Amino acid sequence: MKTHEQFADDLALYALEELTGSDRQELEQHMETCATCRREVQFLRSDLSLLALSSAGPRPPARSKDRLMRAVAAEPRGASAPSPLQVRRRGLSWALVPAVLALGLLVWAGTLWQKNDALQHNLSSLAVLYKATNSQLQQANERLRLLSAPDAVQVSLSPQSEPRKPHATAIYSPSQKRLMLMASGLAPVPHGKAYCLWLIPMEGAPMPAGMFWPDEHGNAMMMDHTMPEGVIAKAFAVTVEDEAGSDKPTSPVLIVGSGL
Amino acid sequence: MEPMDKSPGTRTDAGDDMRRVARLRAGDQQALSELYDRYSSVVYGVALRILQDTGAAEDLLQDIFLQLWRKPDAFDSSRGSLGAWLAVIARNRSIDRLRQRRPESDIEDCVIASSTDLRDETERSLVIEKVRVVMNEMSPDQRTAMELAFFEGLTHTEIAEKTGEPLGTIKTRIRSGLQMLRARFST
Repeated sequence: MKTHEQFADDLALYALEELTGSDRQELEQHMETCATCRREVQFLRSDLSLLALSSAGPRPPARSKDRLMRAVAAEPRGASAPSPLQVRRRGLSWALVPAVLALGLLVWAGTLWQKNDALQHNLSSLAVLYKATNSQLQQANERLRLLSAPDAVQVSLSPQSEPRKPHATAIYSPSQKRLMLMASGLAPVPHGKAYCLWLIPMEGAPMPAGMFWPDEHGNAMMMDHTMPEGVIAKAFAVTVEDEAGSDKPTSPVLIVGSGL
Repeated sequence: MEPMDKSPGTRTDAGDDMRRVARLRAGDQQALSELYDRYSSVVYGVALRILQDTGAAEDLLQDIFLQLWRKPDAFDSSRGSLGAWLAVIARNRSIDRLRQRRPESDIEDCVIASSTDLRDETERSLVIEKVRVVMNEMSPDQRTAMELAFFEGLTHTEIAEKTGEPLGTIKTRIRSGLQMLRARFST
């Protein structure tokens, strides 16, 4: 069984998608419960994105975009409206009637097609608006579910001995495995350091529950943090740690609050 | 541990990308067109550098934006830059194609914590220039190890064999190179 430190050696390989087979599976299992490693992988990917940018510059030919948009148009999501091609096919069948009548009918069909097109356009716009609103509503509902969950615990953390009077409120739902934190009155942290929230479970050692940095006003917020399943919080505490994260608190507790 | 961006303003800066992604979820093709205009050169540049073939790079560009269209939720917009995420996806998929292998993971699994703003062409140019400066400051051996791992998709073992250096040295060079990049962009 590898230790956390041994897994840490594999993180860059994982971010580079070099890690395969059982090594990859072992690391992924470890990351399910190790927030520090998950966070480091996310940061390593960010480092890799910078490296990728060193090759940015050439623009793709214009035909690439045409090709993409044609492909997208060929697979619209949601209810598909009759395509102009289908409408034209319908119109073409009238070409079999005598020329004058066909011409008149084609003009009439063309008018209908334009009206249909305008209606379809309006309908699409409304559908887009509806779906966007619905998506925002769903996100808001998810947050409300956490705040109103019967087992949601709201914890106020107060200063132990700090004159700056930092304050934080953590809201945690074991059933939803989600955690939110709102903090204020925080002093700036030195370069390379970050505030670390610790979840102190009913049994066992404190678990890192997220790193955060205050803004210029000393405020910080951590939304929708995911925690492992089945962890019941006895208390929460905040310390200052290296920004790369830590498995256990290495500095004095700044603020602490009971979850019971 | 889900990180927060160090810069509180970042989420606001990325707001219009998030709105475009929300429109993508709603099936808005215009949103895809706008995101393509903004980020296609990032994706194409990475793919071209790795694949060394304009046709293959165009195919990859097409695939990635089609994936974004089909799975807009794959990008976790609460965690920062869409441009950085696309750059990493482009790199990984290009390497998969180069090595003719199946992807190790789906794009949903690629969660990235990036506060680098790449939306604006000018900002992007500054970032690119800074990356190039940092790369030039690295020793030739370190730069070579980084480029072989990142742009040629060689494993650490393959790099060690190719350069004749011990495996541990290669691992250290790549890790410290990434740390150097991170340090420069966090100041």
